[in-house]
Amino acid sequence: MPDSETVSNNLKHHFANLEQQTATSKFGMWLFLATEVMFFGGMFVSYLVYRLSYYNAWVAGSQTMEITLGATNTAVLICSSLTMVMAVHFAKLGKRKLTAIFLIATLVLGMTFLGIKGVEYYKHWVHHEVPGPNFHFEHEGNFDPRHVSIFFTLYFAMTGMHALHMVIGVGLLSWLLILNALERFSAEYNSPVEIVGLYWHFVDVIWIYLFPLLYLISHRHTG
Amino acid sequence: METATAPVEPKTNYLNADYGIKSWLLTTDHKRIALLYLISITVFFFVGGFFAMLIRLELLTPAGDLVLADTYNKLFTMHGIVMIFLFLIPSVPAVLGNFLVPMMVGAKDLAFPKLNLASWYIFITGASLIFYAILTGGVDTGWTFYTPFATTFSNTNVVTAAIGVFIVGFSSIFTGLNIIVTVHRMRAPGMTWRRLPLFIWSNYAASVIMVLGTPVLAITLVLVALERLFHLGIFDARLGGDPLLFQHLFWFYSHPAVYIMILPGMGVVSEVIPCFSRKRIFGYNFVAISSIAIAVLGFLVWAHHMFVAGISTYAALIFSILSFFVAIPSAVKVFNWTATLYKGSITLETPMLYAFAFIGLFTMGGLTGLFLASVGIDLHVTDTYFIVAHFHYIMVGGMTTAYLGGLHFWWPKITGKMYPESFSKLSAVLVFVGFNLTFFPQFLLGYLGMPRRYHAYPPEFQVLNVLSTAGASILAVGFLMPMIYFAWSLQYGKDAGPNPFRAAGLEWMTSSPPPTFNFDETPVVTWEAYNYDQIDAPNEGVKVAG
Ligand SMILES: [Cu+2]
Repeated sequence: MPDSETVSNNLKHHFANLEQQTATSKFGMWLFLATEVMFFGGMFVSYLVYRLSYYNAWVAGSQTMEITLGATNTAVLICSSLTMVMAVHFAKLGKRKLTAIFLIATLVLGMTFLGIKGVEYYKHWVHHEVPGPNFHFEHEGNFDPRHVSIFFTLYFAMTGMHALHMVIGVGLLSWLLILNALERFSAEYNSPVEIVGLYWHFVDVIWIYLFPLLYLISHRHTG
Repeated sequence: METATAPVEPKTNYLNADYGIKSWLLTTDHKRIALLYLISITVFFFVGGFFAMLIRLELLTPAGDLVLADTYNKLFTMHGIVMIFLFLIPSVPAVLGNFLVPMMVGAKDLAFPKLNLASWYIFITGASLIFYAILTGGVDTGWTFYTPFATTFSNTNVVTAAIGVFIVGFSSIFTGLNIIVTVHRMRAPGMTWRRLPLFIWSNYAASVIMVLGTPVLAITLVLVALERLFHLGIFDARLGGDPLLFQHLFWFYSHPAVYIMILPGMGVVSEVIPCFSRKRIFGYNFVAISSIAIAVLGFLVWAHHMFVAGISTYAALIFSILSFFVAIPSAVKVFNWTATLYKGSITLETPMLYAFAFIGLFTMGGLTGLFLASVGIDLHVTDTYFIVAHFHYIMVGGMTTAYLGGLHFWWPKITGKMYPESFSKLSAVLVFVGFNLTFFPQFLLGYLGMPRRYHAYPPEFQVLNVLSTAGASILAVGFLMPMIYFAWSLQYGKDAGPNPFRAAGLEWMTSSPPPTFNFDETPVVTWEAYNYDQIDAPNEGVKVAG
């Protein structure tokens, strides 16, 4: 359909023009991300409090992490941010095919991340590192295994919440792909791509903090 | 007082534009969604009030003779949860804010109408879970969900209730987000920030808290649910967790939540006082900025709820001082309202009576808040009825009064009908008298050392408790009356006309009830807020419709 039609079809009745609509939805997403910062903030604060109190247990917990998998996932997410930027770029140029290609690339990278994360969770499960009745941690060193359990509780809470956001992101990307295939976007109207892009980058940034905080506390095998 | 006597020509408005249940349940019109919220929270208010009545009846006699101790624990818990999360938090923002914010800034709707509708469904989903928890045995943790009691020892439906509150939180986040974005992006031409009604400023400030505070409560409740379901140690000291961390996270939201509740009420008062004094508000800039100051300072005082919990003396000192600071912007508002009255042509319509009640009761609540911000006095009265009286002066005396005042002020706009003036004035008086009789004795009880949250008490406290229960029954009549005459007015009320109070503000410049898109044409604003001098000028009454 012609570009002008995408504008008239998508301009909602309560906006004066498309610029106002786009600016409004972008602002809305930024504000939503502010609530997300506070949402994760509660867990970051808990992390900080217990890390300061139970540093040795935190090191022991962190040393069970597979840095290779975590680092791979970090790389995967950074790449997905790049492909997302490209998707937004081409959406703004009105190039539907290239938009679709980069959206699919982002989607695939997102799923890869979730797959690797799943492998890690499985390994923690096998090693009895999931807090709860089955939790068991070899007690060697100057710490209390119950405190390692707190580390893992926060590990699963933080990465789990992050993974949940990734799953939502994957859903949003699929929605964009459908709209894109239906030729709903044009060089004039493409704000959904941009807004999902903001969300996607935010979720990536959260991981950029989670990775060093959870995986890289200390490499020294103090024992 | 001038009311339109000529019949308003039949006009399509948001109420008669469409009929049928679907046109309501799938509406994206902010005014209809406001009414959905109005009906829901009215029901919840009376449910919460029912629990309160049972509490007051139990406390009529010193012996615990009406309900068991465990039942009593559930009653005050459910009273708190229902009143705070299902009534007070959404009251002004989701009902009056939803209805008025777009109209006051001259927009056709809120920025995200679908999100607005979604917020109501989320609210109802969360409320249903809370009611499911109540009906299947209740909760007994207090509305504060303190750990480790909530995570380890309580045998009641803590998780269901916590998930309900978690879900309700998102409706409040979405309402706040919608209000902030609307104020930033949807203002009519000429509606600059300094021309915004103060109702907008205070709802904006409350929305900032909703957007930044609520997610912290949400994640805290997730952690509580995780700890309870899987016996993880996060807050349970036996497992190495820190119960104080829970209190810090909880009050980081729940202290600012007080301002989610009170700020929008202050906004209502800032509209009503100038209208019935026929004067521009005194010190507009100060009143506007004080709302923002309250929102910011409100985030820095949470640990005043923890003076006896074992925080360090220095932390207590800092939080005590910061809590005193909140009094400054609050006092700025009270002084400015009072200064607005000075040499005004004051008339005592119902909204004004409620506004006066608000000023008096809020001042009482605020000043006793200063007692509690002083560590020494707080240690003496913590967990006594002094605290109960203090926060009820803010929440019921302040917020509920302001909400009712706002409802009376904008009811003609919302429905196009007038309510009977004599009955409504009587209700305002009953609320004020009944409220004081209920809660002033509780200050004395608290000072004398009666602890809160017990279903029995020593006989020497009985006289004051009887007074309190008597006051509560007067208060109940005061709250029930508006229900009856508001419903009556829908059928039999006089037509209100666009602007029965000759009030300033864009919402009064369109018909009552307003058309679906609020204004026939987008207004262009060329005047300052509260231009009562212009409205009342004999030849220049052009800035007012009707
Ligand atoms: Cu407080």
